[in-house]
Amino acid sequence: MPRPMPPRNGKNFVPQKAKKGTLLRLIKMLLVGNKKLLAVILICLAVTSVTGVASSFFLAQLLKTINRGLELGGGESALNEIMPTLTVIFVAMGGVYLINILCAFLYTRLGAILTQRFLHQTRTEIFNKMQSLPIKYFDTHKTGDIMSVYTNDTDALRQLVSQSLPSLISAAISLTTLLVLMFTYSIWLSLAIFVGVFVMFKVTKTVGGKSAKYFVKRQISLGKEEGFIEEMIHGGKVVKVFCHEEESKADFDEKNEELCEMATKANTFANILMPIMGNIGNILYIFVAFVGGLLMVLNVPNLTVTGFVQDTADVSATTAFIITIMAFLPVSRQFTSNIAQSSQQINSIVMGLAGASRIFDILDETPETDNGYVTLVRCRISPDGTITECEERTGHWAWKHPHKADGTITYTELKGDIQMFDVDFGYVPEKIVLHDVSLYAHPGQKIAFVGATGAGKTTITSLINRFYDIADGKIRYDGININKIKKPDLRRSLGIVLQDTNLFTGTVMENIRYGRLSATDEECIAAARLAYADDFITRLPEGYNTMLTADGGNLSQGQRQLLSIARAAVKDAPVMILDEATSSIDTRTEALVQKGTDKLMEGRTVFVIAHRLSTVQNSDVIMVLELGRIIERGTHDELIAKKQKYYQLYTGAFELE
Amino acid sequence: MSAKKKSERGKKLDLSGVGPAVKTISKSIREYKKPSVLAPLFVMCETIIECLIPFVMTLLLGVLEIASGRAGNTDAFLSKLFDFLTGGGEPNYLLLILEFGAILFVLAVISLICGVKAGKYTAIASSGFAKNLRKDMYYKIQGFSFANIDKFSASSLVTRLTTDVTNVEMSYMMIIRTAVRAPFMMIFAMIMAFTINAEMALIFVCIAPLLAAGLIFIMMKAVPFFHRIFKKYDALNESVEENVRGIRVVKSYVREEHEKEKFGKASDEVRQNFTKAEKLIALNTPLMNFCAYSGIILIFVIGSLMIVRSNNSLLQWTELQSFMTYSFQILMSLMMLSMIMVMIIMSIASAKRIAEVVNEKSSIVSPENALTEVKNGSILFENVKFKYVSTADRYSVENISVNIKSGETVGIIGATGSGKTTMVSLIPRLYDVSEGVVKVGGEDVRKYDLTVLRNSVAMVLQKNVLFSGTMKENLKWGDKNATDEEIENAAKLAQAHEFILARPDGYDTYVEQGGANVSGGQKQRLCIARALLKKPKILILDDSTSAVDTKTDALIRAGLKKYIPETTKIIIAQRIASVQDADKIIIMENGTVSAIGTHAELLKNNDIYKELYYSQNKTVSQNNDGGNE
Repeated sequence: MPRPMPPRNGKNFVPQKAKKGTLLRLIKMLLVGNKKLLAVILICLAVTSVTGVASSFFLAQLLKTINRGLELGGGESALNEIMPTLTVIFVAMGGVYLINILCAFLYTRLGAILTQRFLHQTRTEIFNKMQSLPIKYFDTHKTGDIMSVYTNDTDALRQLVSQSLPSLISAAISLTTLLVLMFTYSIWLSLAIFVGVFVMFKVTKTVGGKSAKYFVKRQISLGKEEGFIEEMIHGGKVVKVFCHEEESKADFDEKNEELCEMATKANTFANILMPIMGNIGNILYIFVAFVGGLLMVLNVPNLTVTGFVQDTADVSATTAFIITIMAFLPVSRQFTSNIAQSSQQINSIVMGLAGASRIFDILDETPETDNGYVTLVRCRISPDGTITECEERTGHWAWKHPHKADGTITYTELKGDIQMFDVDFGYVPEKIVLHDVSLYAHPGQKIAFVGATGAGKTTITSLINRFYDIADGKIRYDGININKIKKPDLRRSLGIVLQDTNLFTGTVMENIRYGRLSATDEECIAAARLAYADDFITRLPEGYNTMLTADGGNLSQGQRQLLSIARAAVKDAPVMILDEATSSIDTRTEALVQKGTDKLMEGRTVFVIAHRLSTVQNSDVIMVLELGRIIERGTHDELIAKKQKYYQLYTGAFELE
Repeated sequence: MSAKKKSERGKKLDLSGVGPAVKTISKSIREYKKPSVLAPLFVMCETIIECLIPFVMTLLLGVLEIASGRAGNTDAFLSKLFDFLTGGGEPNYLLLILEFGAILFVLAVISLICGVKAGKYTAIASSGFAKNLRKDMYYKIQGFSFANIDKFSASSLVTRLTTDVTNVEMSYMMIIRTAVRAPFMMIFAMIMAFTINAEMALIFVCIAPLLAAGLIFIMMKAVPFFHRIFKKYDALNESVEENVRGIRVVKSYVREEHEKEKFGKASDEVRQNFTKAEKLIALNTPLMNFCAYSGIILIFVIGSLMIVRSNNSLLQWTELQSFMTYSFQILMSLMMLSMIMVMIIMSIASAKRIAEVVNEKSSIVSPENALTEVKNGSILFENVKFKYVSTADRYSVENISVNIKSGETVGIIGATGSGKTTMVSLIPRLYDVSEGVVKVGGEDVRKYDLTVLRNSVAMVLQKNVLFSGTMKENLKWGDKNATDEEIENAAKLAQAHEFILARPDGYDTYVEQGGANVSGGQKQRLCIARALLKKPKILILDDSTSAVDTKTDALIRAGLKKYIPETTKIIIAQRIASVQDADKIIIMENGTVSAIGTHAELLKNNDIYKELYYSQNKTVSQNNDGGNE
């Protein structure tokens, strides 16, 4: 039965045709780990379907018996005569129905468990897969599209698995049983039914196909309208400032009308399918009765799988025929209503398979590769400089570098020394965006990148933590080629504050602790103080326990940046990258934050990217980037003295954007 | 984006305020009243005929029985009908069969037509209703003030316009179709059953309430579960969205395993709740089967005894199969009813949320006999106090008294949260003052027609938005009748002309949603150009050049001074350089004006200003972008 669950409609949801083999793969997926459960469900489903059609069979037997009673002249004596047979029929009926109810109970209950287990498995599989995908995947897929897989596609899959598939299987079994039953009753009447069934299939194909087509169109209009609504409502304040309300209403009306038209068409076809199928069933019912009546009146003997029915001692052929007709009619009704019910599943099957297909697309994505073998380990450093690996916290870390050739292991202390040699990089191979970038950043140094949007500042830092792999050149971390370092360990050794601040639902404390899960409350608060975030956090209604919702929506952009800095500070990594980390913080507060981070990063390596030149002024080296090349480097004073690009940038003689 | 459609479902079953909410939203049916009435009418006809068919069928079977030569059919109604049809003579069975067949065929065709019509009108009515609901809400929202929008939050408004409308649409479709069909089907099937044989029909009277009670019990138990599930489900999806948006953070901090664990837990919680609810719902099928089969056995037992005992006089054996059909019809109707009940209950929350938007009164509207002309660009704040929420403890800005002459350039400087944006928002009446008066052109802003006022006050918002469409279309927001020349002039003044021309498509360059394909500085300049096209009397730039380099910033300011000298210009900025050549600089601190003066005055007397100035101009002796000396 349909589950009461309102549909969710995501924008960007454009249904596509399912790829070939989707169904097969889906079934294979269902089988994994659920074989026994699935077997039990299928058996119960089959038993329920077969016993479900038993009513018709019993009706025929009953009618025969009643007829014998009536032939005997009715009354108590006749009743006594047929009572034993009646009792057998009733008991058998009771028994069969009991089995039916029991199996129905089992398969629906187990089905619910299986469906939910399967959906949970699928969801976690998608999510786990997603965590392993490279950043490139997220660059090329819209958030809305990815989300639609979790919402629309899994919902469609739920419909398919919990409803459409079982009802199709059940219908197939019922139809087969009924078919056998019908042929044992009368071949003439069965043939009459086939005429109708042919028509029903045709109708399902045309009407159902149209319905599916318009549902796709409706979904597209809905996506358009929802996108428009989102844009206009989120930009609602601008609409008001420009008194643009009337124009916005007119645009809305246009999209709204289109959606209404598509929805009307889609719903019309979906709505009329059932009455059409139902009434074809009715007409067929009448047709069968009519044909049966004609045959009987015209004295055509009934034909069954066992041959022509002849007059027998206790029942005449005509009477036998009318009993057959009466038993046949409910069977034919069950037959057609099974087909009608199955036709209702057409939309959810199309949508479900399309959803499954998109889910498989994600599962088939190539995950981020990691061929690194150098790992980060805790270590003890003896006064003579030898490094030994250890389990406990010592405050020291080392790179553990196994050498395949001779089977030895060397340890290098983690310091935070970064070197880049002639690095080339392009997001796509055809378009190189970084050319010949070479730089050295030694522990204790602060390196700044300045340049126009698109010059490649953020790109450089994305290469150090291997969000992307370089096309040519070499990057070394503490002298080790970063390609040899295991990605998680490499990233663990880098503290990054990204341009887009992303916070997570949870308390302020939990968000800071995201930097290092083992950090104590005191360490988190210390980091917040360092990032000058303590001040505003303590003024929040519940201080560090204030819940942040929807990406920290209740904080200002500046406050979110301060929190991100605190989060990176608590990580306590030897290398820190600050990518426009203070852009929304006013200059006075920024100076305070800088004081804090400078103290934290004493003796460590810091990369700073900033638009505001006051942010980078006190760096040890400033690199000016233009079109993916470093065109100038030096300290602030040196560069000012040079009177070239940096000087122009700083004094405003050159446009940055 | 779907987490933005975060729904607030999941509250406990709450039936209060349903009446008014339903009344409010039903006003949106309007032109779809006709199909809304026609649909249930056709459904009714369809249902009645569907119940008649088994009845006529029984008659046809009776004919067949007599034709088969079996004696003993003594049904009075049937023999009368026979007499009527044959004029009392010997019946022609073939003809009779043909006649009954024809009657049944016609009935089925009528039923088909009714069914198709009902389906069509239902689709028209429900889609149309949804359309009107969206329209009414959208129009209403266009009339909302900033305070109204803040109250609901943009995301919540989007949810109401999308998910909630879809829920109500589904329910409405159910109500005008199934909610009519099911009870009718039940009542007519009952009537027909009683017509055939009252004693036998009593079986339904016993079984139907049993099933109804069982179904209601299951539904009542399941509904709260579903509410909880939706809430958990939304939370799950929201966390996925957070993860996708923050994937760089996740990877930088190597938190993949942590995230997987978090998600696994949340997903399993959904699974557990869902399983519980579905297990309950799964009871429906066996319960239904139980009732249907008990009914059939009872019909068979009592029926066969009755037939044989009375020798086919009390009950015709041909009538047994009609009883079977009716019993299925009655029980199926109950099942349908219980299902739509759940749908309706679930959509109640949505209906209420829609009604909230429709019933919301805009807090800022044009007054009657409004002034339709703004004389000049002078601005006067008299003892202004303002708070965003009337229940807030303290004012966001207070004790503001400032006099700005028409044509002046005024700079405003202050730390984040000091009330700069709040103060200027009062000028175009984005919010109304709590106390005091804001005057523009010598008149209280509340006396002006809103459109007139806002067309005279152009404000470039801090959190600015470009809309999907070409650059030219975006600029035309300022003046939809602007000529190409006017647009170019405005773009030149905002220093946007050059970079627009640098694009292959120039002014026809398509701007993606949210301005994703233009840089921050370019976006700001486009927004300034858009505001300039309004040819305003007052121009407010709220931190509108923060992403623009100093040189361009200076060029924009110089241009404004030169080409629109009579326009009052208010500039909020972080950079001292952006405001130092203004006629007047206002320093804001903690929601109030702490100092007003020229650059020279403030540099002499104001410590904050001094500190800011020197921190930003530490080592630059050759700074050439100020030019105020």
